[in-house]
Amino acid sequence: MAVLLLAEVTGGELSVDATAKAVSAAKALGDVTVLAAGASAAAAGEAAAKIDGVSKVLVAEDASLGHRLAEATAALIVSLADGYEHIAAPATTDAKNVMPRVAALLDAMVISDVSGVVDGSTFERPIYAGNAVQTVKSKDAKKVITFRTSTFDAAGQGGSAPVETISVGANPGLSEWVEDKVAASDRPELTSAGIVVSGGRGVGSEADFKLIEGLADKLGAAVGASRAAVDSGYAPNDWQVGQTGKVVAPQLYVAVGISGAIQHLAGMKDSKIIVAINKDEEAPIFQVADFGLVADLFQAVPELTEKLG
Amino acid sequence: MKVLVPVKRVIDYNVKVRVKADGSGVDLANVKMSMNPFDEIAVEEAIRLKEAGKADEIVVVSIGVKQAQETLRTALAMGADRAILVVAADDVHTDIEPLAVAKILAKVVEEEQPGLVLAGKQAIDNDMNATGQMLSALLGWSQGTFASELSVEGDHALVTREVDGGLQTIKVKMPAIITVDLRLNEPRYASLPNIMKAKKKPLDEKTAADYGVDVTPRLEIVKTAEPPARAAGIIVGSVDELVAKLKEAGAV
Repeated sequence: MAVLLLAEVTGGELSVDATAKAVSAAKALGDVTVLAAGASAAAAGEAAAKIDGVSKVLVAEDASLGHRLAEATAALIVSLADGYEHIAAPATTDAKNVMPRVAALLDAMVISDVSGVVDGSTFERPIYAGNAVQTVKSKDAKKVITFRTSTFDAAGQGGSAPVETISVGANPGLSEWVEDKVAASDRPELTSAGIVVSGGRGVGSEADFKLIEGLADKLGAAVGASRAAVDSGYAPNDWQVGQTGKVVAPQLYVAVGISGAIQHLAGMKDSKIIVAINKDEEAPIFQVADFGLVADLFQAVPELTEKLG
Repeated sequence: MKVLVPVKRVIDYNVKVRVKADGSGVDLANVKMSMNPFDEIAVEEAIRLKEAGKADEIVVVSIGVKQAQETLRTALAMGADRAILVVAADDVHTDIEPLAVAKILAKVVEEEQPGLVLAGKQAIDNDMNATGQMLSALLGWSQGTFASELSVEGDHALVTREVDGGLQTIKVKMPAIITVDLRLNEPRYASLPNIMKAKKKPLDEKTAADYGVDVTPRLEIVKTAEPPARAAGIIVGSVDELVAKLKEAGAV
């Protein structure tokens, strides 16, 4: 049994964390062949070959694959699908764009956001924003899967898989890239950070979000936000943690001024240690917190920032 | 241009989800149901395209149980022109998989010939995030997923997408499938006069068999369980105590 795993490649670079977590999930299913696709993907392919548990790497380079446009990437994967029983990827926005398209082209039902592998055709996945966990058994000949990276530990380094360059078919020409607006930041990436500090509606303004950022920088943490804070314009959308944002599971998650709506909890409740700071002692966030502090965040956060480190 | 908007009847997003004791699924009997919030955004966007003179007809379609006609009436009250209900299940607990939904939608597209399909990016029940992409694959159309901005300009559309690192703008060839994200717009409420008027708007009823699509699930549901609960934590009295606890736990 063999697995074809789409590596997460952004701007020619391998996202090692997301890819290595998907490799560790996929290893249970069979030999893992990683596909590194992009306008430039050779370096990403070399990096993927070093991930422990990878048995082979395919590198596909073509301008049409440059920004992970779904039509071209899905066509490439389908052209490679023979001989693989599983086609998998980490559940990033790129893969969620591509993999259902791959599944439909193969007449298979995609299995999104898999959080557990029971056997080669049986998988666990959260539904209803994580309020239930469903176990499903696929009847399809080929299983198309995305893995929720926050629930798997990253595979280690030390592999030395062979790398093969493959040819790419014609560009379907259905869509083209125009521009990316990527927020430049020195902070760690939200989904792979060891510590995340998030602010909610209680922070009150975009200016006061600096308090959250100050605490995050003291801890070397990524900054997150609740949907309420994003909707209120206090924080950009790519900071959003929750069912409709990013799913994180850091060693330490600090929720500041976040009430703990179901949709937010779905994105962070697998964190190892959760700290909640909120002035409302009835806030549901305290039900999932390991350490709760009922306090005014405008006093508690500066004090915490000062006393840490 | 005709715009087709698929809408799904789901548990209302404010309702607390209860897993059935026998592990067969989530209890949906006598629970408040509403239109999937992402689909509301898609309906709103279609109405705005019509108001801007870029669309001339909005057709909404729902695939599921008979009760989904309430969801279609809501979309008609918001401003859609016409509705198609495709009955594919009798039991409110039966969820039609995105692959089967996409196959039925592909047939509806063949019949209706829309220039654009606007769909929600995911349904808040199965959280699969797949129907739009699958429909696009079956039709061989272009796709723009997770849209937070959309401008339709003749034979193409510019779509700004919410992606992991920030935003990506792509240009897609029309006809296209666009799936919408939360920040695209804020859906309107239907006014009482419009709710009354919506009762008179046309609603066609079909079945999955009319389209020759087999809706047998590919994924057998083995069981549905409550997520593991977190152990109760403690309330600390001060920042100093919090710092001490975090150090003790090796978290900082």
